[in-house]
Amino acid sequence: MKTILYIIQKEFKQIFRNKGMLPIIFVLPLLQLVILSNAATFEVKHIKFGYIDNDHTSTSRALVEKFKASTYFDVLTDFPSEALASSAMLKGEVDVVLEIPHYFERDLQKEKYNTLGVTINAIDGAAAGVENVYVTQIVQRFNQNLKVELLQVSDQQIQPITIETIPLFWYNETLNYKTFMVPGILVLLVTMITLFLSGMNIVREKEIGTLEQINVTPIKKSQFIIGKLFPFWVIGMGLLTIGLILAKLIFNVPMLGSLPLMYLYTSIYILVILGIGLFISNFTETQQQAMFIAWFFTVIFILMSGLFTPIESMPKWAQLFTEFNPIKYFVEVMRMVMLKGSGFMDILPQLLKTLLYAITMNGLAVWSYKKIT
Amino acid sequence: MGITISNISKSYKNVKALQDISFDVKPGELFGLIGPDGAGKTTLFRILTTLLIANEGTATVVGFDVVADYKKIRNSVGYMPGKFSLYQDLTVEENLSFFATIFGTTIEENYDLIKDIYVQIEPFKDRRAGKLSGGMKQKLALCCALIHKPKVLFLDEPTTGVDPVSRKEFWDMLKRLQQKDITILVSTPYMDEAALCDRIALIQHGKILEIDTPQAIVKHYPKQIYNVRANNMYQLITSLNKYEHHHSVYPFGEFVHYTDNRADINPNDLILYLESNNLLDVEIAKTVATIEDTFMELAK
Repeated sequence: MKTILYIIQKEFKQIFRNKGMLPIIFVLPLLQLVILSNAATFEVKHIKFGYIDNDHTSTSRALVEKFKASTYFDVLTDFPSEALASSAMLKGEVDVVLEIPHYFERDLQKEKYNTLGVTINAIDGAAAGVENVYVTQIVQRFNQNLKVELLQVSDQQIQPITIETIPLFWYNETLNYKTFMVPGILVLLVTMITLFLSGMNIVREKEIGTLEQINVTPIKKSQFIIGKLFPFWVIGMGLLTIGLILAKLIFNVPMLGSLPLMYLYTSIYILVILGIGLFISNFTETQQQAMFIAWFFTVIFILMSGLFTPIESMPKWAQLFTEFNPIKYFVEVMRMVMLKGSGFMDILPQLLKTLLYAITMNGLAVWSYKKIT
Repeated sequence: MGITISNISKSYKNVKALQDISFDVKPGELFGLIGPDGAGKTTLFRILTTLLIANEGTATVVGFDVVADYKKIRNSVGYMPGKFSLYQDLTVEENLSFFATIFGTTIEENYDLIKDIYVQIEPFKDRRAGKLSGGMKQKLALCCALIHKPKVLFLDEPTTGVDPVSRKEFWDMLKRLQQKDITILVSTPYMDEAALCDRIALIQHGKILEIDTPQAIVKHYPKQIYNVRANNMYQLITSLNKYEHHHSVYPFGEFVHYTDNRADINPNDLILYLESNNLLDVEIAKTVATIEDTFMELAK
């Protein structure tokens, strides 16, 4: 026990003496939290909008007015021809082009049916999807109003049948993206920092040759590993604390659930990450190798965590893969506890899976760590 | 209770690092392992310090088998690797107390053993190990290897890259440690250091060439060596190599060490030959063999 304490003490001394590392551990992650949480939004604003009005009637102008009234669209130009609109899109001057056909008003009144042409710049697929939704919403609302007017004129007996949906966004009523991004980004920084640091740490001893010196001492494998990894567990918990304080102070993210529960889950989660870090460092010879492998796994884990893209939209095999993604569980738990106020029983499945993961990963890491080569 | 090595072989893929090595180091002996880079010295050290497992053969250190009783060995040996491998970002004192703690002891407990060495670096005890000079680093590394009072000390090329004054000091320290009943196995590529050991083993290409006391090894040298000198060193060597009776020609400081393949030799014949090759001021004198000569002869 005394030996472990001494190694921990030594490890902390080394961390705090490393002037290059300290800001990376404590300042960069927090900058990341502040910047990413403000920047990673799914809202698309200032869409450059152009239209080709072939109809020139009051109905077509009314439709264009709807777009002008929207805060999302910057209505730029009225293109006289489709060719000009296409070349403007090619130059990147417009993102969305709406083409109103000839006899739009007449056909709509006569046949109660018409089509509009919408061209969207889909170089950024995600943005194009969002823009399409905005356009559709505006056109639908316009069409409903139109129907009502037309029907009233032609036949008073038939009432328009429209079904409107009124969404209620539970646990995040205003769909404030920061509310769900901040817990997610908090997860990222706790994961990244602890994984990178623990992955590089033991390799560093290998690189400078101290590991060989340690290996000829009677120190036990378990003492050494615990002594090496415990400081990073503490740092991970520290980062969570600072992150939560910032989330409350800067972003005013609701914290409905219990804090001890969050800490309980995180304490087990960090064990998983430390296990992965140790595992990586057992199979690498230099810090550079360790860094690249850690980076590779973090990117995959992050992109498949459901943080930026919903897991439900992934193909079946990818969804299966996410079952082995520790970040996924952490993101889920953080959102559940912070936004929904979930209790111990609610997060029990995630907690058990993470615990199992922690035991497996650390078991593998300790097993593959050899004092004799 | 010293070290016994019997029939140790170790290969890395298709490189045979050690081939059938056997020798004993007696308790309290200062034993030198002399050989060029890549001879297999470090591999042998790693096997004896339980960091590596040999393909064949057995070895014991202080009576414990290096494979079966490796834990016991780790408590009773000190190892100083060739590369400086202490924590550069910890101070001298922190390094020392770190190694003391993981061996379950304290600096105070074994202070008398390291006192002679430690007093020399004590003025810098608050300095980070990375900021020490080369000689200081060696002294600190030796202190760390000694802090748990080992019975056997392994020193892998401790003086490589250290200045001549510090090298001499270092060997004086080893002599004093030997008097405290510590068995020392030291490797070095420097032949002049070999003479300071009790016994030496000459090693090359993973094979032991000869094991004996430095004095005996030198005596075994089969031929008479001549110191030859002339005005042009390069031409002297080429000319001697062309001489029909030459056995070996090695530059040695300002002289060339020359041996002849005839039992009997008249130096005047050689002088005449060299002068016919346009060399001036030729001098020839008999000299005694050194360990380097022996090594070169054996390695031939």
